[in-house]
Amino acid sequence: MTKIECILRPGRLEEVKDALGKFGIHGMTVSQVLGCGLQKGRTEVYRGREYSINLLPKVKVEIVVRDDQVNEIVKVISEAARTGEIGDGKIFTYRIDNAIRIRTGEQGDDAI
Amino acid sequence: MIWRSERLKRLLYLVPLMVLAMPACALADEPSIDTGDTTFILLSAALVWIMTPGLALFYGGMVRRKNVLSTIMHSFIIICLVSVQWVLIGYTLAFGPDHGHLVGDLSWLGLKDVGQTPNADYAATIPHLVFMVFQLMFAIITAALITGSFAERMRFPAFLAFSLLWTTIVYDPLAHWVWGVDGWLRNLGALDFAGGTVVHISSGVSGLVAALVLGRRRGYGSEPLLPHNLPMTVLGAALLWFGWFGFNAGSALAANGLAASAFVVTNTAAAAAALAWVIVEWMHHGKPTVLGAASGCVAGLVAITPAAGFVTPLPAVLIGLVAGAVCYLAVAVLKPRLGYDDALDVFGVHGVGGTWGALATGLFATTAVNPAGADGLFYGNAGQLWIQLVGVAASWALAAVGTYVILRVVSLFCKLRAPADEEEQGLDISQHGEDGYADMVLGAPAGNGTVGLSGV
Repeated sequence: MTKIECILRPGRLEEVKDALGKFGIHGMTVSQVLGCGLQKGRTEVYRGREYSINLLPKVKVEIVVRDDQVNEIVKVISEAARTGEIGDGKIFTYRIDNAIRIRTGEQGDDAI
Repeated sequence: MIWRSERLKRLLYLVPLMVLAMPACALADEPSIDTGDTTFILLSAALVWIMTPGLALFYGGMVRRKNVLSTIMHSFIIICLVSVQWVLIGYTLAFGPDHGHLVGDLSWLGLKDVGQTPNADYAATIPHLVFMVFQLMFAIITAALITGSFAERMRFPAFLAFSLLWTTIVYDPLAHWVWGVDGWLRNLGALDFAGGTVVHISSGVSGLVAALVLGRRRGYGSEPLLPHNLPMTVLGAALLWFGWFGFNAGSALAANGLAASAFVVTNTAAAAAALAWVIVEWMHHGKPTVLGAASGCVAGLVAITPAAGFVTPLPAVLIGLVAGAVCYLAVAVLKPRLGYDDALDVFGVHGVGGTWGALATGLFATTAVNPAGADGLFYGNAGQLWIQLVGVAASWALAAVGTYVILRVVSLFCKLRAPADEEEQGLDISQHGEDGYADMVLGAPAGNGTVGLSGV
């Protein structure tokens, strides 16, 4: 099993969810996060003073999938999330030891 | 048909007049209460009251989220503190029979002799109690205005002691100087319709001194100390604007043409100042900000306050435009240059705006609006500007010296500033044991806590 964790533009979340849904992936965990990377921050002005804000809002989507699905899902997410501009985000994948469905006790691929 | 109904209407108007006239004839010696005036001033008092909760929101939105409750609490507790102080001693110090042209004596301690019959020295057509409670609301908002300067760092006990002493030792005498019968500035002829000197210069200058005595917030200049909820601030500004109609029009102390004139110039100056602030900021930084619009309207309201009962609408436009531009420059250019941390710009808006308004009254006042007032420089009376200048200087001096001394005295028995760790944690938790937004994880400065699915 592999965990796919992607940091996305908040504005692309719906597209990524739709694309994953079409692929048959319906379970995910989404969080609002702040981060910085290649994308420069932005400038905000309050009462005539400028402040540079370097942590920008992003969303983090986490899903756990079978190993044989990983390449294709990464492709699906990338296509749905890409705008071509700096700040589109990143995808990380991790190997996972096990997954357990709490309700039934199922383990491994059956639990995801 | 039309003329007939007109005539009927006129006849109908006569009925209450005759009814009113009868007791007045019978008891010609006693001042008679006008129900229209009384209704209007009672409602105006309620309008001025809502300004202080409005100010709580205006200020509350501008601090970081860890200090929102402590900032709101400042205004809320001042409503309670000054309400009691005013009844016990404040009103008699401010408006009681004169003592040396400096302060009221103690004859009206605990509102003794302040009752349902009018006091003709102040307002002949409304109960004395109505005048008293209308003036109370001014005392409340003035003390509350100062709190913006020391927001996010003052200890609550020190704030309580300071506010109580300040309203007693600075506000009450200053109100007597300007508005009290035989007060020396009133005798001099200084014009201050609704409190440009008494309310705005006094709070603004006191705020500046308090900011200097307390020192800057931790992180000032090195990390962004940003507003956490601008919609809250805009709601607060709207309530201030709304309440200000009672503040200025109500200061006519009667439901009459002068009240209407004050209402119109108040709205006009607020609008012009908001436009000016936004435009200057737009040219200076490239964006017309909402906080700028909210701050600008307050600057205009401040500036028109002393002039509201003495000027016509066209000068009001000018007073507003200048207020918006000058207060913007005070906040955006002067403050960073001088380096003091007046957290929410009490001095830049109220001190500077109030000073401009008091001087502008000396320029644009005309007896055509208010025969009880005076003409200003542009109506051929240059002397009025000098008198206004004396009023401004006296208000600056009393506020600055009074605030400095009070803070020094309070600091002898009570630490003024929250220790570094408590300031870091935020005053909501450290002073009040509460959290304004319990479901949000992150503190300042940027929004968007990691709170799961809500709002994604």
